[in-house]
Amino acid sequence: MAAYLIRRFLLMILTLFGMSILIFVMLRLVPGNISDILFDAAGMVNPADKARLEAELGLDQPIIVQYWSWIKGLLTGDLGYAYVSEKPAIDEILPRIPVTAKLAGLALFFSVVIGVPLGVISAVKQDSALDYVLRVVSLSGLSLPSFWLGLLILMGFVHYFGWIPIYTDKPSSFWHEVGLLSIPALAVGFRASALIMRLTRSSMLEVLRQDYIRTARAKGASNASVNYNHALRNAVLPVITIIGIEAAFLIGGLIVTETVFNIPGVARFLVEAIRWRDYPIVQNLVMFIAVVTVVVNFLVDMAYVVLDPRIKYED
Amino acid sequence: MKSLVVSTVVAVLAATTAGVPAMAQKSGGTLKMIHRDNAPSGSIHEEATNSVTEPFMGVFNNLVMFDQTKHINSAETIVPDLAKSWEWDATKTKLTFKLHEGVKWHDGKPFTSADVKCTFDLVLGKAKDRWRKNPRAVWYHNLQDVTVNGPNEATLVLANPQPGFINLLASGYTPIYPCHVNSQTMRTDPIGTGPFKFAEWKRNEKMRFVKNPDYFKKGLPYLDAIEWTIIPSRSTRMLAFSAGEHDVTFPNDVVVPLLKDIKATAPNAICDLHPSNVSTNLIVNREKAPFDNPKVRQAMDMAIDRDAFITILSEGKNDKAGAMLPPPEGQWGISKEDLAKIPGYGSGADIEKARNEARKIMEGLGYTAEKPLQIKVSTRDIAVYRDPAVILIDQLKGIHIAGELEVVDTSIWHAKVARKDYIVGLNLTGVGVDDPDSNLVENYTCKSERNYTQYCNEEVDKAIFAQSRETDPAKRKAMVIDIQKKLIEDVARPIIFYGRVATCWHPHVKGLVPHHNSIYNGSRYEQVWLDK
Repeated sequence: MAAYLIRRFLLMILTLFGMSILIFVMLRLVPGNISDILFDAAGMVNPADKARLEAELGLDQPIIVQYWSWIKGLLTGDLGYAYVSEKPAIDEILPRIPVTAKLAGLALFFSVVIGVPLGVISAVKQDSALDYVLRVVSLSGLSLPSFWLGLLILMGFVHYFGWIPIYTDKPSSFWHEVGLLSIPALAVGFRASALIMRLTRSSMLEVLRQDYIRTARAKGASNASVNYNHALRNAVLPVITIIGIEAAFLIGGLIVTETVFNIPGVARFLVEAIRWRDYPIVQNLVMFIAVVTVVVNFLVDMAYVVLDPRIKYED
Repeated sequence: MKSLVVSTVVAVLAATTAGVPAMAQKSGGTLKMIHRDNAPSGSIHEEATNSVTEPFMGVFNNLVMFDQTKHINSAETIVPDLAKSWEWDATKTKLTFKLHEGVKWHDGKPFTSADVKCTFDLVLGKAKDRWRKNPRAVWYHNLQDVTVNGPNEATLVLANPQPGFINLLASGYTPIYPCHVNSQTMRTDPIGTGPFKFAEWKRNEKMRFVKNPDYFKKGLPYLDAIEWTIIPSRSTRMLAFSAGEHDVTFPNDVVVPLLKDIKATAPNAICDLHPSNVSTNLIVNREKAPFDNPKVRQAMDMAIDRDAFITILSEGKNDKAGAMLPPPEGQWGISKEDLAKIPGYGSGADIEKARNEARKIMEGLGYTAEKPLQIKVSTRDIAVYRDPAVILIDQLKGIHIAGELEVVDTSIWHAKVARKDYIVGLNLTGVGVDDPDSNLVENYTCKSERNYTQYCNEEVDKAIFAQSRETDPAKRKAMVIDIQKKLIEDVARPIIFYGRVATCWHPHVKGLVPHHNSIYNGSRYEQVWLDK
């Protein structure tokens, strides 16, 4: 196991190194840089001033030099200065991470709490009226774009309650923040819960047909015990994989929700930074998302061992 | 001294509060505003967007400004600001300002005439420090120097007489900067003398400005603070205003179709629909065949049914115009009657007649419905650009031009146009001051950095600078009308329409007066108060 962990760790480092090159190169393949955009915002063209600004920001350096400068900084904890705000990138990025992490965590919580039990019920009550209703609900979750659902929710609140659940001020307490984040988390979690529900259902249906389930029933185990202790435990592995993928996706995939509900998280900030070609922000943030994804994948792999005793990672 | 022409001397306090309804103003409270995006910086001189002037104009003062309590910007509505008074010399090339005494910067340092000199030295590129960008340098092409006479008097020395110069100084785009603060700090933590001190800016979240207790205009501002919440989604912005979460919409953000929504969801809201002095215009690359042929350009201009654009996009509210904003709000535009006589600018049968003529021109050049001229119509990837571009493509079909929409990433739009990497484009142009010395000089003269289409006609150049020197207002106006007609004839940058937009606020907001011929000059907010 120890050798496996070391191997996985080294693989993670290699993956992140590859990611860093990809992020760096792809960002520079996008047309325009910060000086183009700053001059565009001013509706003017002045090649000399533009070149001066590029030199000031080090954009005139060879790409290898720029890459090395970034990696060197990253390894020493110096993320550079944001081009637009002219403040340390770390000061711009750090305060936003907890906001998105809380929103993603809450969305994931809702998606699991809603998706897994409903998936089990749908499988257990296969082809019943309840199963049909739940299947329609899950299909709606998959087909409704979250920005549209978000806007509908906002319109509903304004129309019926004269209040809009958006993030306009720093929340006054933990519960205030949970309240503010719950509505967008539900809007996002609805889609993820639909996915989890469908996967749980199909996985459960497969397990429920296995011989050991029949044996458990023959031994007189209760329905609840069969469904939750025997079937769900075996059906949950693919669901865990999906939850892991969703968790990684949510960190960077909340752009629309953060925009509609005006949440000052990293996803919206990332899009804004891409719009401005604010390289220090974009490359460090995308790198952060890459780290989260790699770590979550690793944790999911470790979770398999805990959930299924048959799985062992050999040395 | 007898030969000196005294232009205006007005009492400061009286001017800043004139026109506000006779109601006892209340002090205190935080005005909650909505902002549509993240401003590129807080340095007004370096930017060219109302995303910057709206929140930051209140941080600064100008030498003079357009009266914040009147809708129209004109020479007659200029009031004192940091200057107590001003006068032209006999040659009308030296403009001397007497400055208020005892004015302090927000960091406590005294304001003096040296700051006026520093500001204009930066504009002219004479200072040691440099701005990253200087988009309005061309406004000051006629400014030679600034001389000071003691700490409270500054003289701006011009090469030639320029009666419109004072209008440029009154713009929200012309604040006075402190000598002792570098340009980087001015972008991130600006320091001014204005009614509100910059307090906080969390990108993507909010900006906060607090009352300057040492403001030199006694009794102002009324508000304790102004807070701008940044809400990039327009739908969310409108809903947040309707829900009463904010006192005012982002100024000039409410387009005609949205006005109905606001009225339905917030029936008590007060909305002011007015011209934005932002034109939607057609740009044509006159170096690429067949548009190097003036006849083709002419045909395109004649094919445009401006009424259709105006009806579809604004339910008939936008205005047809020449290069300058049309009357009654615009001070220099061609009258509706005169405009209607120009082919392509009329209505009904006139449009059909112009279009038939345009079609004949194109057929004469060998284009038919079966063999149309294939072009790309480029525009920015923003709805206010894309929507009219689609209508334009549809209209061009009528004269055998088959357009294909090319949506350009907004970040590289101006650079692409400047490289002449387009054939036909649809563009929007905002005008800082309703004066030809702003609009015509900036957008149509050969050497202007803001003339990114690089339209250049020496005859027009001469005429533009000649009107700038003309001191007789009636003669100047006639010259400006002639220039606009020449620009139409030249298909320089045909104006499809000038837009109208609204600002909405809840009834407890008092003293808010949107300007009706520019969106860049009316956001000082020192006279605004809350009746709560």
